[in-house]
Amino acid sequence: MRKELKISAIRNGTVIDHITSGMALKVLHILGLDEDPPTSTVSVIMHVPSRLHSFKDIVKIEDRELKKREPNRIALLSPHATINIIRDGEVAEKHHVRPPREVVDLASCENPNCITNSREPVSTRFKVIRKEPMVLKCVYCGREQDVCIERLE
Amino acid sequence: MDFQGRDVVSINDFTLEEINYILDVAEGMVPAAKGEEVLDLIPGKILAMMFYEPSTRTMLSFETAMKRIGGKVIGFSDVRATSTAKGETLADTIKMVEAYADVIVLRHDREGAARMAAEFSDIPVLNAGDGAGQHPTQTLLDLYTMRSELGYLRKKSIALVGDLKYGRTVHSLTYALAKFGANLHFIAPEALQLPPEVVSHLEKRNASFEVHEDLSDVMGEVDVLYVTRIQKERFPDIEEYNKVAGAFRIDTESLTGAKKSMIIMHPLPRVDEISPDVDGTNHARYFQQAFNGVPVRMALLSLVLGADLGVLR
Repeated sequence: MRKELKISAIRNGTVIDHITSGMALKVLHILGLDEDPPTSTVSVIMHVPSRLHSFKDIVKIEDRELKKREPNRIALLSPHATINIIRDGEVAEKHHVRPPREVVDLASCENPNCITNSREPVSTRFKVIRKEPMVLKCVYCGREQDVCIERLE
Repeated sequence: MDFQGRDVVSINDFTLEEINYILDVAEGMVPAAKGEEVLDLIPGKILAMMFYEPSTRTMLSFETAMKRIGGKVIGFSDVRATSTAKGETLADTIKMVEAYADVIVLRHDREGAARMAAEFSDIPVLNAGDGAGQHPTQTLLDLYTMRSELGYLRKKSIALVGDLKYGRTVHSLTYALAKFGANLHFIAPEALQLPPEVVSHLEKRNASFEVHEDLSDVMGEVDVLYVTRIQKERFPDIEEYNKVAGAFRIDTESLTGAKKSMIIMHPLPRVDEISPDVDGTNHARYFQQAFNGVPVRMALLSLVLGADLGVLR
Protein backbone atom coordinates (compact mmCIF):
# COMPACT_ATOMS: atom_id res chain seq x y z
CA MET A 1 0.00 0.00 0.00
CA ARG A 2 1.39 3.45 -0.89
CA LYS A 3 2.00 5.70 2.13
CA GLU A 4 0.67 8.81 0.34
CA LEU A 5 -2.82 7.30 0.25
CA LYS A 6 -3.56 8.88 3.64
CA ILE A 7 -4.19 11.92 1.50
CA SER A 8 -5.03 11.25 -2.10
CA ALA A 9 -2.52 11.85 -4.86
CA ILE A 10 -2.82 15.10 -6.81
CA ARG A 11 -3.27 15.27 -10.57
CA ASN A 12 -1.50 18.56 -11.21
CA GLY A 13 0.59 20.75 -8.94
CA THR A 14 3.56 20.39 -6.57
CA VAL A 15 4.47 17.89 -3.88
CA ILE A 16 7.14 19.08 -1.47
CA ASP A 17 8.56 15.97 0.15
CA HIS A 18 11.22 15.35 2.84
CA ILE A 19 10.45 18.57 4.66
CA THR A 20 12.21 18.62 8.04
CA SER A 21 9.71 17.23 10.52
CA GLY A 22 7.62 20.03 12.08
CA MET A 23 8.47 22.63 9.44
CA ALA A 24 5.51 22.12 7.06
CA LEU A 25 3.45 25.03 8.38
CA LYS A 26 6.45 27.35 8.15
CA VAL A 27 6.98 26.24 4.57
CA LEU A 28 3.33 27.11 3.84
CA HIS A 29 3.90 30.49 5.42
CA ILE A 30 6.96 31.45 3.41
CA LEU A 31 5.23 30.34 0.22
CA GLY A 32 2.27 32.54 1.16
CA LEU A 33 -0.11 29.55 1.03
CA ASP A 34 -1.66 30.32 4.41
CA GLU A 35 -2.97 33.68 3.22
CA ASP A 36 -6.49 34.70 2.28
CA PRO A 37 -8.02 34.36 -0.23
CA PRO A 38 -6.91 30.77 -0.82
CA THR A 39 -5.69 30.03 -4.35
CA SER A 40 -4.96 26.30 -4.19
CA THR A 41 -6.06 23.29 -2.22
CA VAL A 42 -3.20 22.43 0.09
CA SER A 43 -2.72 19.15 1.97
CA VAL A 44 -0.29 18.97 4.85
CA ILE A 45 0.95 15.71 6.30
CA MET A 46 3.18 15.97 9.32
CA HIS A 47 5.40 13.51 11.14
CA VAL A 48 5.40 10.85 8.45
CA PRO A 49 7.90 8.02 9.18
CA SER A 50 10.88 8.46 6.85
CA ARG A 51 13.68 6.12 5.91
CA LEU A 52 16.23 8.93 5.69
CA HIS A 53 15.37 11.23 8.59
CA SER A 54 13.12 9.19 10.93
CA PHE A 55 10.23 11.65 10.43
CA LYS A 56 9.34 14.12 7.72
CA ASP A 57 6.54 16.44 6.63
CA ILE A 58 4.91 16.53 3.18
CA VAL A 59 2.98 19.38 1.53
CA LYS A 60 0.81 18.91 -1.59
CA ILE A 61 -0.32 21.95 -3.51
CA GLU A 62 -2.95 21.37 -6.18
CA ASP A 63 -2.87 23.16 -9.53
CA ARG A 64 0.18 25.25 -8.73
CA GLU A 65 3.79 24.78 -9.78
CA LEU A 66 6.40 26.54 -7.64
CA LYS A 67 8.01 29.61 -9.15
CA LYS A 68 11.74 29.77 -9.77
CA ARG A 69 12.80 31.47 -6.50
CA GLU A 70 10.46 29.61 -4.21
CA PRO A 71 12.57 26.44 -3.72
CA ASN A 72 15.43 28.63 -2.43
CA ARG A 73 13.19 29.86 0.33
CA ILE A 74 12.26 26.31 1.28
CA ALA A 75 15.95 25.40 1.48
CA LEU A 76 16.38 27.98 4.25
CA LEU A 77 13.95 26.03 6.45
CA SER A 78 14.37 22.52 5.21
CA PRO A 79 17.64 21.71 3.44
CA HIS A 80 16.69 18.15 2.42
CA ALA A 81 13.29 18.90 0.85
CA THR A 82 12.50 17.67 -2.65
CA ILE A 83 10.17 19.41 -5.06
CA ASN A 84 8.06 17.17 -7.31
CA ILE A 85 6.14 18.84 -10.10
CA ILE A 86 3.11 16.71 -10.96
CA ARG A 87 1.45 16.89 -14.37
CA ASP A 88 -1.41 14.56 -15.37
CA GLY A 89 -0.83 12.45 -12.29
CA GLU A 90 2.84 11.79 -13.12
CA VAL A 91 6.02 13.24 -11.62
CA ALA A 92 7.13 15.51 -14.48
CA GLU A 93 10.10 17.09 -12.69
CA LYS A 94 11.93 16.37 -9.46
CA HIS A 95 14.39 18.75 -7.81
CA HIS A 96 16.34 18.71 -4.56
CA VAL A 97 16.40 22.07 -2.89
CA ARG A 98 19.95 23.17 -2.37
CA PRO A 99 20.99 25.38 0.54
CA PRO A 100 22.44 28.39 -1.26
CA ARG A 101 25.90 29.73 -0.49
CA GLU A 102 24.45 33.21 -0.34
CA VAL A 103 20.97 34.36 0.60
CA VAL A 104 20.01 37.52 -1.26
CA ASP A 105 16.89 39.56 -0.58
CA LEU A 106 15.04 36.70 1.14
CA ALA A 107 15.41 37.59 4.80
CA SER A 108 15.96 40.73 6.85
CA CYS A 109 18.90 41.13 9.24
CA GLU A 110 18.22 40.64 12.94
CA ASN A 111 20.45 43.59 13.84
CA PRO A 112 18.10 46.59 14.03
CA ASN A 113 21.05 48.93 13.52
CA CYS A 114 22.24 47.20 10.33
CA ILE A 115 22.30 49.51 7.30
CA THR A 116 19.92 47.10 5.51
CA ASN A 117 17.25 47.93 8.12
CA SER A 118 17.32 51.62 7.23
CA ARG A 119 15.65 53.23 4.23
CA GLU A 120 18.70 52.74 2.00
CA PRO A 121 18.12 51.17 -1.43
CA VAL A 122 20.06 48.00 -0.62
CA SER A 123 19.07 44.32 -0.68
CA THR A 124 19.90 42.12 2.27
CA ARG A 125 22.72 39.64 1.65
CA PHE A 126 23.93 36.81 3.87
CA LYS A 127 26.68 34.24 3.58
CA VAL A 128 25.56 30.77 4.65
CA ILE A 129 28.19 29.81 7.21
CA ARG A 130 26.50 26.62 8.44
CA LYS A 131 23.96 24.56 6.53
CA GLU A 132 22.22 22.55 9.23
CA PRO A 133 20.84 24.14 11.24
CA MET A 134 21.35 27.06 8.93
CA VAL A 135 23.39 29.99 10.23
CA LEU A 136 23.64 33.16 8.18
CA LYS A 137 26.17 35.98 8.39
CA CYS A 138 25.12 39.44 7.21
CA VAL A 139 27.52 40.68 4.53
CA TYR A 140 26.98 44.25 5.71
CA CYS A 141 27.02 44.29 9.52
CA GLY A 142 28.67 40.88 10.06
CA ARG A 143 26.03 39.63 12.54
CA GLU A 144 25.69 35.82 12.65
CA GLN A 145 22.10 34.67 13.00
CA ASP A 146 19.66 31.77 12.69
CA VAL A 147 16.99 31.73 10.01
CA CYS A 148 13.93 33.22 11.65
CA ILE A 149 10.61 32.84 9.87
CA GLU A 150 9.44 36.29 10.98
CA ARG A 151 12.38 37.81 9.12
CA LEU A 152 11.81 35.97 5.84
CA GLU A 153 10.54 38.38 3.22
CA MET B 1 50.90 44.50 -4.12
CA ASP B 2 48.21 46.59 -5.74
CA PHE B 3 46.04 48.71 -3.52
CA GLN B 4 44.98 51.31 -6.05
CA GLY B 5 41.21 51.80 -6.05
CA ARG B 6 40.63 49.42 -3.15
CA ASP B 7 38.12 50.04 -0.38
CA VAL B 8 39.12 49.69 3.27
CA VAL B 9 35.99 48.39 4.99
CA SER B 10 37.16 45.65 7.36
CA ILE B 11 40.57 44.52 8.58
CA ASN B 12 39.52 41.01 7.50
CA ASP B 13 39.69 42.16 3.86
CA PHE B 14 43.50 42.19 4.16
CA THR B 15 46.00 39.35 4.29
CA LEU B 16 48.82 39.35 6.81
CA GLU B 17 51.27 40.29 4.03
CA GLU B 18 49.11 43.22 2.96
CA ILE B 19 48.84 44.49 6.55
CA ASN B 20 52.61 44.28 6.98
CA TYR B 21 53.10 46.12 3.69
CA ILE B 22 50.77 48.97 4.78
CA LEU B 23 52.68 49.22 8.08
CA ASP B 24 56.01 49.30 6.20
CA VAL B 25 54.76 52.15 4.03
CA ALA B 26 53.52 53.95 7.17
CA GLU B 27 57.02 53.77 8.65
CA GLY B 28 58.35 55.63 5.63
CA MET B 29 55.74 58.35 6.18
CA VAL B 30 56.85 59.26 9.72
CA PRO B 31 59.20 62.20 8.88
CA ALA B 32 56.48 63.84 6.75
CA ALA B 33 53.84 63.05 9.39
CA LYS B 34 55.94 65.02 11.86
CA GLY B 35 56.32 67.90 9.41
CA GLU B 36 60.07 67.31 8.98
CA GLU B 37 59.65 66.59 5.27
CA VAL B 38 57.20 67.81 2.68
CA LEU B 39 55.57 65.24 0.41
CA ASP B 40 53.57 65.80 -2.72
CA LEU B 41 52.57 62.23 -3.53
CA ILE B 42 49.05 62.87 -4.79
CA PRO B 43 48.93 66.38 -6.25
CA GLY B 44 45.42 67.63 -6.94
CA LYS B 45 43.64 64.69 -5.27
CA ILE B 46 40.68 65.45 -3.04
CA LEU B 47 39.49 63.54 0.02
CA ALA B 48 35.81 63.83 1.00
CA MET B 49 35.23 63.37 4.72
CA MET B 50 31.69 62.22 5.50
CA PHE B 51 31.26 62.14 9.27
CA TYR B 52 27.74 61.26 10.39
CA GLU B 53 28.98 60.71 13.94
CA PRO B 54 31.29 62.81 16.10
CA SER B 55 35.01 62.14 16.02
CA THR B 56 38.13 63.97 17.14
CA ARG B 57 41.21 61.86 16.49
CA THR B 58 40.01 59.96 13.45
CA MET B 59 38.73 63.04 11.65
CA LEU B 60 41.69 65.28 12.42
CA SER B 61 44.29 62.62 11.69
CA PHE B 62 42.71 61.77 8.32
CA GLU B 63 42.64 65.44 7.44
CA THR B 64 46.26 65.91 8.51
CA ALA B 65 47.27 62.72 6.68
CA MET B 66 45.72 63.87 3.39
CA LYS B 67 47.34 67.30 3.63
CA ARG B 68 50.74 65.86 4.59
CA ILE B 69 50.85 63.84 1.35
CA GLY B 70 49.87 66.83 -0.76
CA GLY B 71 46.11 66.36 -1.14
CA LYS B 72 43.09 68.52 -0.35
CA VAL B 73 40.12 67.88 1.93
CA ILE B 74 36.41 68.65 1.70
CA GLY B 75 33.58 67.27 3.80
CA PHE B 76 31.15 67.59 6.67
CA SER B 77 31.01 66.51 10.27
CA ASP B 78 27.60 67.87 11.17
CA VAL B 79 24.79 65.96 9.50
CA ARG B 80 22.29 68.69 10.36
CA ALA B 81 23.98 70.94 7.83
CA THR B 82 23.60 68.43 4.97
CA SER B 83 20.79 67.06 2.80
CA THR B 84 20.64 64.03 5.11
CA ALA B 85 18.60 66.26 7.40
CA LYS B 86 16.14 66.60 4.49
CA GLY B 87 15.90 62.83 4.16
CA GLU B 88 18.58 62.07 1.54
CA THR B 89 19.81 58.47 1.69
CA LEU B 90 23.46 57.63 2.26
CA ALA B 91 23.46 55.91 -1.14
CA ASP B 92 22.44 59.13 -2.90
CA THR B 93 24.91 61.23 -0.93
CA ILE B 94 27.70 58.80 -1.85
CA LYS B 95 26.83 58.96 -5.55
CA MET B 96 27.00 62.75 -5.41
CA VAL B 97 30.21 62.95 -3.35
CA GLU B 98 32.08 60.53 -5.63
CA ALA B 99 31.68 63.10 -8.38
CA TYR B 100 33.41 65.73 -6.20
CA ALA B 101 36.35 63.77 -4.79
CA ASP B 102 38.91 61.00 -5.41
CA VAL B 103 38.54 59.13 -2.13
CA ILE B 104 35.91 59.02 0.63
CA VAL B 105 36.36 58.58 4.38
CA LEU B 106 33.07 57.62 6.02
CA ARG B 107 31.97 57.40 9.63
CA HIS B 108 28.35 56.36 10.14
CA ASP B 109 26.17 55.29 13.04
CA ARG B 110 24.88 52.13 11.33
CA GLU B 111 26.74 48.83 11.06
CA GLY B 112 27.43 47.92 7.45
CA ALA B 113 27.22 51.52 6.18
CA ALA B 114 30.77 51.47 4.80
CA ARG B 115 30.26 48.15 2.98
CA MET B 116 27.13 49.53 1.34
CA ALA B 117 28.80 52.85 0.51
CA ALA B 118 31.68 50.97 -1.13
CA GLU B 119 29.20 49.16 -3.36
CA PHE B 120 27.65 52.43 -4.50
CA SER B 121 30.93 54.25 -5.00
CA ASP B 122 33.41 53.97 -7.87
CA ILE B 123 36.07 55.74 -5.82
CA PRO B 124 37.68 54.08 -2.76
CA VAL B 125 35.76 54.22 0.51
CA LEU B 126 37.71 54.08 3.79
CA ASN B 127 35.67 53.02 6.80
CA ALA B 128 36.28 55.33 9.75
CA GLY B 129 33.84 53.42 11.98
CA ASP B 130 30.39 52.03 11.26
CA GLY B 131 28.23 51.91 14.40
CA ALA B 132 29.40 49.10 16.65
CA GLY B 133 30.97 47.42 13.59
CA GLN B 134 34.46 47.81 12.16
CA HIS B 135 37.11 50.48 12.50
CA PRO B 136 39.96 49.10 10.38
CA THR B 137 42.20 52.17 10.33
CA GLN B 138 42.21 52.18 14.14
CA THR B 139 43.24 48.52 14.04
CA LEU B 140 46.05 49.29 11.61
CA LEU B 141 47.40 52.09 13.79
CA ASP B 142 47.18 49.82 16.86
CA LEU B 143 49.13 47.13 15.03
CA TYR B 144 51.62 49.72 13.84
CA THR B 145 52.15 50.93 17.42
CA MET B 146 52.67 47.38 18.72
CA ARG B 147 54.96 46.40 15.87
CA SER B 148 57.12 49.49 16.18
CA GLU B 149 57.43 49.05 19.97
CA LEU B 150 57.91 45.26 20.09
CA GLY B 151 59.51 44.58 16.71
CA TYR B 152 57.22 41.65 15.93
CA LEU B 153 53.95 40.28 17.36
CA ARG B 154 54.24 36.50 17.06
CA LYS B 155 54.09 34.87 20.54
CA LYS B 156 53.98 38.28 22.23
CA SER B 157 51.56 38.44 25.18
CA ILE B 158 48.86 41.00 24.55
CA ALA B 159 46.11 41.68 27.08
CA LEU B 160 42.88 43.39 26.04
CA VAL B 161 41.15 44.94 29.03
CA GLY B 162 37.74 46.50 29.65
CA ASP B 163 34.67 46.38 27.44
CA LEU B 164 35.40 43.45 25.14
CA LYS B 165 31.76 42.90 24.26
CA TYR B 166 30.71 46.18 22.69
CA GLY B 167 34.03 47.88 21.90
CA ARG B 168 34.35 48.06 18.11
CA THR B 169 38.10 48.50 18.16
CA VAL B 170 38.55 45.33 20.20
CA HIS B 171 36.94 42.90 17.75
CA SER B 172 38.89 44.10 14.70
CA LEU B 173 42.10 44.10 16.71
CA THR B 174 41.44 40.59 18.05
CA TYR B 175 41.01 39.20 14.52
CA ALA B 176 44.20 40.87 13.36
CA LEU B 177 46.30 39.82 16.36
CA ALA B 178 45.17 36.24 15.85
CA LYS B 179 46.49 36.49 12.27
CA PHE B 180 49.83 37.69 13.64
CA GLY B 181 50.04 34.72 16.05
CA ALA B 182 50.08 36.73 19.28
CA ASN B 183 49.17 35.14 22.64
CA LEU B 184 45.96 36.88 23.67
CA HIS B 185 44.55 37.53 27.13
CA PHE B 186 41.03 38.87 27.56
CA ILE B 187 40.35 40.61 30.85
CA ALA B 188 36.82 41.80 31.49
CA PRO B 189 33.90 41.35 33.86
CA GLU B 190 31.78 38.40 32.82
CA ALA B 191 29.05 40.64 31.39
CA LEU B 192 31.51 42.39 29.06
CA GLN B 193 33.53 39.41 27.77
CA LEU B 194 34.05 38.79 24.05
CA PRO B 195 30.93 37.89 22.01
CA PRO B 196 30.62 34.16 21.13
CA GLU B 197 31.23 34.71 17.39
CA VAL B 198 34.62 36.29 18.10
CA VAL B 199 35.52 33.42 20.44
CA SER B 200 34.46 30.81 17.86
CA HIS B 201 36.54 32.62 15.20
CA LEU B 202 39.60 32.35 17.50
CA GLU B 203 38.92 28.68 18.19
CA LYS B 204 38.60 27.92 14.47
CA ARG B 205 41.97 29.56 13.83
CA ASN B 206 43.58 27.70 16.76
CA ALA B 207 44.55 31.06 18.19
CA SER B 208 46.26 31.12 21.57
CA PHE B 209 44.00 32.91 24.06
CA GLU B 210 42.96 32.93 27.70
CA VAL B 211 40.08 34.61 29.49
CA HIS B 212 40.56 36.23 32.91
CA GLU B 213 38.48 38.30 35.26
CA ASP B 214 41.38 39.80 37.17
CA LEU B 215 44.11 42.00 35.75
CA SER B 216 46.66 40.90 38.34
CA ASP B 217 46.53 37.34 36.88
CA VAL B 218 48.57 38.44 33.88
CA MET B 219 50.28 41.68 34.88
CA GLY B 220 53.71 40.08 35.19
CA GLU B 221 53.74 38.42 31.78
CA VAL B 222 52.14 40.79 29.28
CA ASP B 223 54.01 42.85 26.70
CA VAL B 224 51.03 45.05 25.84
CA LEU B 225 48.11 46.16 28.00
CA TYR B 226 45.42 47.42 25.63
CA VAL B 227 42.81 49.23 27.73
CA THR B 228 39.35 50.23 26.54
CA ARG B 229 36.66 52.38 28.09
CA ILE B 230 33.83 50.69 29.95
CA GLN B 231 30.74 52.53 28.83
CA LYS B 232 28.50 53.67 31.64
CA GLU B 233 25.38 53.49 29.47
CA ARG B 234 25.75 49.69 29.15
CA PHE B 235 24.87 49.25 32.84
CA PRO B 236 21.30 49.48 34.11
CA ASP B 237 22.59 50.07 37.63
CA ILE B 238 25.20 52.76 38.41
CA GLU B 239 26.41 50.82 41.47
CA GLU B 240 27.18 47.87 39.25
CA TYR B 241 29.08 50.15 36.86
CA ASN B 242 31.16 51.69 39.65
CA LYS B 243 32.12 48.24 40.92
CA VAL B 244 33.21 47.01 37.50
CA ALA B 245 34.89 50.23 36.36
CA GLY B 246 36.86 50.40 39.64
CA ALA B 247 38.16 46.85 39.25
CA PHE B 248 39.65 47.61 35.83
CA ARG B 249 41.17 51.02 36.54
CA ILE B 250 44.90 51.21 35.83
CA ASP B 251 47.06 53.27 38.16
CA THR B 252 50.74 53.12 39.07
CA GLU B 253 49.96 50.78 41.97
CA SER B 254 48.17 48.25 39.76
CA LEU B 255 51.28 48.12 37.55
CA THR B 256 53.33 46.49 40.31
CA GLY B 257 55.09 43.44 38.92
CA ALA B 258 54.72 44.50 35.28
CA LYS B 259 57.60 43.93 32.85
CA LYS B 260 59.76 47.03 32.50
CA SER B 261 59.20 46.99 28.75
CA MET B 262 55.41 46.53 28.97
CA ILE B 263 53.46 49.21 27.09
CA ILE B 264 49.96 50.51 27.80
CA MET B 265 47.72 51.47 24.88
CA HIS B 266 44.22 52.97 24.70
CA PRO B 267 42.22 54.00 21.62
CA LEU B 268 41.09 57.13 23.54
CA PRO B 269 39.06 58.97 24.66
CA ARG B 270 39.72 57.71 28.18
CA VAL B 271 37.47 58.66 31.03
CA ASP B 272 39.02 57.30 34.19
CA GLU B 273 40.17 53.82 33.24
CA ILE B 274 43.81 54.98 33.18
CA SER B 275 44.86 57.30 35.97
CA PRO B 276 46.78 60.41 34.80
CA ASP B 277 49.71 59.41 37.02
CA VAL B 278 50.38 56.57 34.53
CA ASP B 279 51.00 59.14 31.76
CA GLY B 280 54.46 59.94 33.11
CA THR B 281 55.61 56.29 33.30
CA ASN B 282 57.68 54.49 30.66
CA HIS B 283 54.68 52.26 29.99
CA ALA B 284 52.31 54.89 28.56
CA ARG B 285 52.04 54.83 24.76
CA TYR B 286 48.49 56.08 24.12
CA PHE B 287 49.47 59.54 22.93
CA GLN B 288 52.14 58.07 20.65
CA GLN B 289 49.43 55.68 19.43
CA ALA B 290 47.16 58.62 18.60
CA PHE B 291 49.98 60.24 16.59
CA ASN B 292 50.57 56.97 14.72
CA GLY B 293 47.15 57.42 13.15
CA VAL B 294 48.71 60.04 10.89
CA PRO B 295 51.46 57.98 9.16
CA VAL B 296 49.16 54.94 8.93
CA ARG B 297 46.39 56.98 7.26
CA MET B 298 48.96 58.69 5.01
CA ALA B 299 50.03 55.22 3.90
CA LEU B 300 46.49 54.04 3.25
CA LEU B 301 45.46 57.16 1.33
CA SER B 302 48.64 57.03 -0.78
CA LEU B 303 48.13 53.35 -1.56
CA VAL B 304 44.45 53.49 -2.55
CA LEU B 305 45.12 56.62 -4.64
CA GLY B 306 47.95 54.86 -6.47
CA ALA B 307 50.72 57.27 -5.41
CA ASP B 308 54.27 56.63 -6.59
CA LEU B 309 56.02 55.69 -3.35
CA GLY B 310 59.52 55.60 -4.84
CA VAL B 311 60.40 58.90 -3.14
CA LEU B 312 60.00 57.44 0.36
CA ARG B 313 63.10 56.50 2.31
